[in-house]
Amino acid sequence: MNIKILGSGCANCKKLFEMTNNTVKEMGSDAVVEKVEDMQKIVSYGVMRTPAIVINEKVKSFGRIPKVEEIKKFIEEEK
Amino acid sequence: MQWLNDLVKNLVENVFGLNTQERLGGSIQFYIYDVIKIFILLSVLIFAVSYIQSFFPPERTKKILGHHKGFTANLFGALLGTITPFCSCSSIPLFIGFTSAGLPIGVTFSFLISSPLVDLASVILLASIFNWRIAFAYVLVGLVLATVSGTIISGLKLEKYVEPFVYGSAGAVDLEEKLTAANRINIAKDQVLFIIKKVWIYILIGVCIGAAIHNWIPESIISAVLGQDKWYSVVLATLVGVPMYADIFGTLPIAEALVGKGVGLGTALSFMMAVTALSLPSMILLSKVVKKKLLMIFVAIVTAGIVVIGNLFNTFGHLLY
Repeated sequence: MNIKILGSGCANCKKLFEMTNNTVKEMGSDAVVEKVEDMQKIVSYGVMRTPAIVINEKVKSFGRIPKVEEIKKFIEEEK
Repeated sequence: MQWLNDLVKNLVENVFGLNTQERLGGSIQFYIYDVIKIFILLSVLIFAVSYIQSFFPPERTKKILGHHKGFTANLFGALLGTITPFCSCSSIPLFIGFTSAGLPIGVTFSFLISSPLVDLASVILLASIFNWRIAFAYVLVGLVLATVSGTIISGLKLEKYVEPFVYGSAGAVDLEEKLTAANRINIAKDQVLFIIKKVWIYILIGVCIGAAIHNWIPESIISAVLGQDKWYSVVLATLVGVPMYADIFGTLPIAEALVGKGVGLGTALSFMMAVTALSLPSMILLSKVVKKKLLMIFVAIVTAGIVVIGNLFNTFGHLLY
């Protein structure tokens, strides 16, 4: 599973990245979490508001910070 | 908030032991009261407004704007800019998203100008500090400025000054997320905390300056520099505000204090508009997607517009009281 956190370095984006990393660890998942800061890459997903969570190339949420339970749900959905 | 004022008065007199009828006690009472008042208003307003705004995401705006052409598109861009939530860190992806979806840059600019300028929460705050007629006039005038500026930019055919990579990007993807009420409450709550963290310092400073103007600076000095009869007062207020970065909530106590000391309503509003519509951080962000020439034209048009509006309010503002 590949998880991308889209965001160009603002505090919210960093927060979501940390939350996602922690959630992945908690779930014992072997998902790879990466941060995408490149503007062109971010926009190529159709995202106009960051932060955004992309799992296996599907945009799960954008423009807000989802709660941990939601992140877990997103991961479950893409398993 | 009379109850708050009385509460603070008690605090200052009984706990600090200062006489609120005297200058020092009066200033401290005013400061504490105004800071608390603004924080309460800010929290309540931002929460309510963010909740409402979660129903108007920019992704939907992009679709709506795609159906309109010319002046109407600019008008809708300006209108939607006021109710669409977006933080300035999203201005680049937003600009790229709108532009590569085929929206004329003037429309995007109408959106980008009205967004920080006519912000729902600050309009309500404006109404609470002045009155609803003034707040309404401010909204109207802000929309006109955004619409006209965007139309001019479109008309000048400045597309060649947009960084080429912007046109190549996405645009075709239409994202929409189903949000529950719980999601919306979270978004609103997060937004309140985010904004408070961002602006608390500006509020403390703004109220401080407002209190100084209110209690310590004589009207004659203020009149000499920014008096209504001085033709340059609006231009001066605008030029001072343009490079500044502060949240509108921080400028309101200053504007209130200045008007209280006889500064023209238009002069005070120009200062507020200049601070919010144009700021160094947003200019830096925009410079990544548009070339210098377009950026400068944008700044020039908006600044000129603010000066015109300020003078209009100075001349006709008395009709609104």
